[in-house]
Amino acid sequence: MNPMTKAREAVTHTSGHTAPGRRRGGHDTATGTGNEPVVALRAAAVRVGGRTLWSDVDLRIGAGEFTAVLGPNGVGKSTMVKVLLGALPTAAGEVRVLGARPGQANERIGYLPQRRSFDAHLRVRGVDVVRMGLDGDRWGIPLPFPSARRRTDRARVDEVIELVGASAYAHRPIGQCSGGEQQRLLIAQALVRRPELLLLDEPLDSLDLPNQSGVAALIGRICHQEGVSVVMVAHDVNPILHHLDQVIYLAEGGAATGTPAEVITSETLTRLYGTPVEVLRTSAGGLVVVGRPEPPAVHTDRHEIPGESA
Amino acid sequence: MTLAGTAAPAWSWNLVTDFQDMWSYPFMVNAFRAGAVVAVVCAVVGWFVVLRRQTFAAHTLSAVAFPGAAGALLLGLGAVYGYFTLCVAAALVIAALRGGGEHEDSALTGTVQAFLLASGFLFTALYRGLLEGPQSILFGTFLGITSSQVTVLMVVGAVVLAVLALIGRPLLFASVDPEVARGRGVPVRALSVVFLVLLGAATAEASQITGTLLVFALMVIPAATAQVLTARPALSLALTVLLALAATWLGLTAAYYSPYPLGFFVTTIAFAGYVLALGGRSLREMRTRTRTRTLTRPGADAVSAAREAAA
Repeated sequence: MNPMTKAREAVTHTSGHTAPGRRRGGHDTATGTGNEPVVALRAAAVRVGGRTLWSDVDLRIGAGEFTAVLGPNGVGKSTMVKVLLGALPTAAGEVRVLGARPGQANERIGYLPQRRSFDAHLRVRGVDVVRMGLDGDRWGIPLPFPSARRRTDRARVDEVIELVGASAYAHRPIGQCSGGEQQRLLIAQALVRRPELLLLDEPLDSLDLPNQSGVAALIGRICHQEGVSVVMVAHDVNPILHHLDQVIYLAEGGAATGTPAEVITSETLTRLYGTPVEVLRTSAGGLVVVGRPEPPAVHTDRHEIPGESA
Repeated sequence: MTLAGTAAPAWSWNLVTDFQDMWSYPFMVNAFRAGAVVAVVCAVVGWFVVLRRQTFAAHTLSAVAFPGAAGALLLGLGAVYGYFTLCVAAALVIAALRGGGEHEDSALTGTVQAFLLASGFLFTALYRGLLEGPQSILFGTFLGITSSQVTVLMVVGAVVLAVLALIGRPLLFASVDPEVARGRGVPVRALSVVFLVLLGAATAEASQITGTLLVFALMVIPAATAQVLTARPALSLALTVLLALAATWLGLTAAYYSPYPLGFFVTTIAFAGYVLALGGRSLREMRTRTRTRTLTRPGADAVSAAREAAA
């Protein structure tokens, strides 16, 4: 472990949570200088098709922190991920990702796009899909001879599949795996290069409830035990609520950031939406947001009637 | 084109004398050489076609080979040039028409195909000197493949394989998972254009052996069969090449010793392999299903997920 990295991590843990920030060997690629956060947005704004989606967004994410991007549909949550990847320019403000301009450090980012399921007839195994995350962008084809690199690559793929608990089905064609199994394999694919930042776009979407909490627990574990910072777009905060360090709530062109307890409150959301909003707490600690102009975003299912479930 | 007019040579069951007999004719040696080149190139390209679900584009390009060959004959050029020119040109047109979209526009592709097929029909009507009519262009021939034609096939085939070896891994990534591949900096769009051009060249090669209507015999069936048999990329690619080679060479042998056309044999052998593979897989799946039913109880996935959540 590089002492510089350790020092940086110690300084950047601004949230109340204690994230160990433990990293495995070979992971400590130098991250620019000093105590720079993994993601920093200052007064950032984004325009898509002439419309300002959000503006004046400030955000700091430290190493090993789990951050959720919340908000109603069409507010620009996925756009946030695209901005961090450098796929979309900002209209104003400054964005730094891993100490560089967005898009410059994509090598060190693991990205899981919004829910894609593989065709049931696709005859490629889960382990091959994970392997593509490791060297799929390399030109040429691998030589069919045993070599040291081949062995380490294979070991890394097996290790990351073990980490997400997908060993039992990684050798089946991925089209025949269930939604939850595919999602674990895709998380393995995003993790296989030991990224320092993981960008996940609605990874729990269209999973059933046990799989939602299972995958949420897996992401929380990767974040806090492996020290990978996670930015996750979600329409329902409840499955990830007790793993989160920070949330950014986008609505009505503005944003509120802070711990879940600070942001998901009646006062903050009422101020953000400019209309009365109430946050209810269920006996199990779940949150329900009611009285908003849009269908409930902080909810298990977009189509359920507010207040009737959770 | 068939040997129906002449007496078909007799098959003796002595393989050595049979092959000696067959290979005593230079045109048969050329046919085996050309067949081998075309089988390997089509198998490798076809493997990606099946994976990328671009069979319709492949079909269009193979249909385009027909007006290409007919037009070239009409102009007094060799059919070879017609095949390559029009197939590659049509590949570029399809790539351009698709614009920035992720998938090819099948309506536009179909429109191009219909128009070019009609043109091919006109060319053959204009070219009255074509004794056999459009049949050998449509259904293939192995007679009269010249040594220079084999050289052209080999050179083009080598270029196609070399380019595929260079782009193989990113192309696989872009085919299976385009969005993540793009995020990783793989030039997904450029790769799909390059692949369409390779597909055009491979189709032009195959058209000269199997005919434009039966290109799928080498382009799609071996790859589909291999992908039924295994989900390991390297193994299924190797199997595809073997199956295509087997279908071509067995087809050539059968066509030599019988009065029936080559395209029929190649296609039928490949098709039989596919049916056998499908049958074999269903049998295996039925066996494992009955075995797992006794071993595990349903809902094991949900149970393990819940256990993970609790951990």
